Amino acid sequence: MGLLSLAIWTPIAFGVILLALGRDEQARAVRWLALIGALVSFLVTLPLLQGFDNSTAAMQFVEKSSWIERFNVNYHLGVDGISFWFVLLTAFINVIVVIAGWEVIERKVNQYMAAFLILSGLMIGVFCALDGILFYVFFEATLIPIYLIIGIWGGPNKIYAAFKFFLYTLMGSLLTLIALVYLYTASNGSFDILSWHKLPLAGNVQTLLFFAFFAAFAVKVPMWPVHTWLPDVHVEAPTGGSAVLAAIMLKLGAYGFLRFSMPIAPDAAREWGTLMIVLSLVAVVYVGLVAMVQQDMKKLVAYSSVAHMGFVTLGFFIFNPLGVSGGLVQMIAHGFVSGAMFLSIGVLYDRVHSREIASYGGVVNTMPKFAAFALLFAMANCGLPGTAGFVGEWMVILGAVQHNFWIGALAATALIFGAAYTLWMFKRVYLGPVTNNDVRELTDINGREFLMLALLAIAVLYMGLFPKPFTDVMDVSVAELLKHVALSKLPQ
Amino acid sequence: MMDPTSWMTIYPEIVLLVMACVIALVDLTVKSPRRTATYVLSLLTLAGVAWLNASYASADQTLYGWGRLVVSDPLGHWLKCFAALAVLVTLVYARPYAADRDMLRGGELFSLSLFALLGMDFMISGQNFLVIYLGLELLTLSSYALVALRRDHTPATEAAMKYFVLGAMASGFLLYGMSMLYGATGSLQLDEVLQAIASGQIKHQVLVFGLVFIVAGLAFKIGAVPFHMWIPDVYQGAPTAATLLIGGAPKLAAFAIIVRLLVEGLMPLAIDWQQMLSLLAIASLLIGNLAAIAQTNLKRMLAFSTIAQMGFVLLGFVAGVVNGQTTLAANAYSSAMFYVVGYVLTTLASFGIIMLLARQGFESEEISDLAGLNQRSPLYAGVMAICLFSLAGIPPMVGFYAKLAVLQSLVASGQGFYIGLAIFAVLMSLIGAFYYLRVVKVMYFDEPVTATTVSAPLDVRAVLSVNGLLVLVLGIVPGALMALCAQAVKSMLAL
Repeated sequence: MGLLSLAIWTPIAFGVILLALGRDEQARAVRWLALIGALVSFLVTLPLLQGFDNSTAAMQFVEKSSWIERFNVNYHLGVDGISFWFVLLTAFINVIVVIAGWEVIERKVNQYMAAFLILSGLMIGVFCALDGILFYVFFEATLIPIYLIIGIWGGPNKIYAAFKFFLYTLMGSLLTLIALVYLYTASNGSFDILSWHKLPLAGNVQTLLFFAFFAAFAVKVPMWPVHTWLPDVHVEAPTGGSAVLAAIMLKLGAYGFLRFSMPIAPDAAREWGTLMIVLSLVAVVYVGLVAMVQQDMKKLVAYSSVAHMGFVTLGFFIFNPLGVSGGLVQMIAHGFVSGAMFLSIGVLYDRVHSREIASYGGVVNTMPKFAAFALLFAMANCGLPGTAGFVGEWMVILGAVQHNFWIGALAATALIFGAAYTLWMFKRVYLGPVTNNDVRELTDINGREFLMLALLAIAVLYMGLFPKPFTDVMDVSVAELLKHVALSKLPQ
Repeated sequence: MMDPTSWMTIYPEIVLLVMACVIALVDLTVKSPRRTATYVLSLLTLAGVAWLNASYASADQTLYGWGRLVVSDPLGHWLKCFAALAVLVTLVYARPYAADRDMLRGGELFSLSLFALLGMDFMISGQNFLVIYLGLELLTLSSYALVALRRDHTPATEAAMKYFVLGAMASGFLLYGMSMLYGATGSLQLDEVLQAIASGQIKHQVLVFGLVFIVAGLAFKIGAVPFHMWIPDVYQGAPTAATLLIGGAPKLAAFAIIVRLLVEGLMPLAIDWQQMLSLLAIASLLIGNLAAIAQTNLKRMLAFSTIAQMGFVLLGFVAGVVNGQTTLAANAYSSAMFYVVGYVLTTLASFGIIMLLARQGFESEEISDLAGLNQRSPLYAGVMAICLFSLAGIPPMVGFYAKLAVLQSLVASGQGFYIGLAIFAVLMSLIGAFYYLRVVKVMYFDEPVTATTVSAPLDVRAVLSVNGLLVLVLGIVPGALMALCAQAVKSMLAL
């Protein structure tokens, strides 16, 4: 069994064991088993770090065996510089959410933990799959655990949120399925993504394919104007669910653009690039403004996610190395930062059971340690240099200025809005005198919460101070991708 | 006529017939209220028949018997094997349910089921209009009686009446169509009909006239819109055990007669029947999915969902012949076969759960009866959830690959109309996802109204777990079943 298979199937196997054996009477044992499962799943991804070769754009750690012979579908896995970090990021975030759900979840603990473990395995599968159907199976299968996570452990309006999420994303991906099947026919019976990259396609076909992929990936990212599911879902999802959604699940969509839309339909991608840039800018500017007026902390962070993901898609569709690498770095950074933001809100929510900004004030007086972490994450969210949030945004803005000064200038305003809504929220929740009894009775974070926030803080700072290992991995693959996208695939 | 080959071709049916009679007789001496001896004998018979059919199918040869009245080919034997297994599973689920409802006073449940299977077997292997028709009648007559088995239950009696009247009308349609074709071609033999039509010397209008009646009869039997009216009423009214006997294995036989009649007998008219089936499929997908949303009764909802699912199966038949070329036929029809097999497997488990949750004097057939099932029994909630996700076509359940195969057969044609059909079909399955998800929601997100634990006899529990697991496992490794379907259809078309 290859390393990637191990990374995918270890958490799933642990999840299945938990489902089969776990009882609420032995919640303690279940939690420990889940933590062991998450840790083992993370450890098995570490050898990838050693074995990865930065100097090639080819797929690495490739595994290929026949899966469904009749349709020539293969169990084909591999990672390149584009997908590499997401495997580790997913496994890492998985450990964090298991810790985050530790004593908060009391009902059906085994199902909760199993859902997250299985989900993380499936998401790693999405990043590793090099076969269209394999990709689609992983991509769609993630809906089942997240649907259950939102619906069982979510907030008061969880059912609406669960349905909205499921149906919204299913609608997009069903059109993608047709596109995959079409490509299968057009390529004379192959579901191999890499061979689709080389397949010549007529202009109108490319446009249709581009928009079929757009339907799935734009909803997942989510891009404006199909982002409306995100705030609803984030508000209702349990803390762990929000963290995984923001940290990893949104990246599945952005990743799809790089793996499918751009290389398979490059001419259409260039032709419609302007549209994508416009949509991204709307997300960055308009949604940034929307975030500013939110009363609900989770909603605010959700809108800020949309704005940050706008940076990612902006970076991709300006078609230069800085932009695309910047988008990728932003994806990873956003994984850490948004995960941390949601977990911080969770820490407060577990104590006060309110997400309203107005219910808080002066938290720093009663929870000083926690407030220090929260400040760091808030700074990272508005892109302060030295934190992870800065690197990606700066690269994208630089890339955008190279492409067109005014696009860069507009994108840069996001830094101002980002700082405004994040810091304003920070001020209202944490600073000032203690405003009410709930806040007065708060107890500072315990060892478990400290551990989880500290792990994320280290990641945020490390990535902010030493972004080189991250960009080194992607450079060659990004250059290769852009070289490929620049070539026309129209039949001569 | 009496050559050994002829006997060989219907050997499994002979075993089945003899055993059905033996079981009916043995049952007279059975005193146990749960009919244990009859039950065990029936299961052994079904397992034996399934095994016989599987070994015939693996031999991979095509033989005709009785002057081409019946055929023994891999396609038929695999379908008969699956049908026998489906009836077996149905009986396992049905016994405790039937015992609680005074339906086991005699052993009719078992002997009628076996006769119904015999009918299906002749539908599947018939090569002659009359043989197919007789098989169909044997199946439906047994089914009428099965639906009415609960005599003192008004809804069941009403359902039986409806089923009988509409079923008889459908049979009439089919028979009328057959007689038209007989009149036009002068033969009841499928191969002779095919040759006569292919010769091009018969008036096209007459053939299409007969064809319309045949297609209408078939549409009645599988419940395609606009011939679907009986499905919701019968599914809901019949005792669940009978519902499953109608809604499970017979779908395999229905698939088979579509193949035998339309493909083996009327292939030269493919352009005509493909159009008819496209319309039926569009209507079924639309009406089935939309009507299912409004249902509060789980059995009725599953009935409408069946209509929609059958629409998908029909889609597998519409893109076989493109521009007069039959190169895509094997691909298309095998996708329909895979769809039916996956569908039957899923239906068995979902109705199995409904029967399991029903108790003495209480039918668990409202969707709200499933509330909080996850808290009462995670295992059964899990099995039901797997089934529902499979019906919705979410990977990695078997239902996804079934939809994928059908969509691929449409897109492979390269024709705008068929690609449009594929897009229509996926949009309809989005609607489908909504009402399947709603049941999952009730099971997982709602609080239970009763705290009673769910208990089931060991045999039901074991079979149900395996059944549910298979829906998932066949989704993770669908290759073998797909290859089997492709191989079976290919060898049928090669002749």
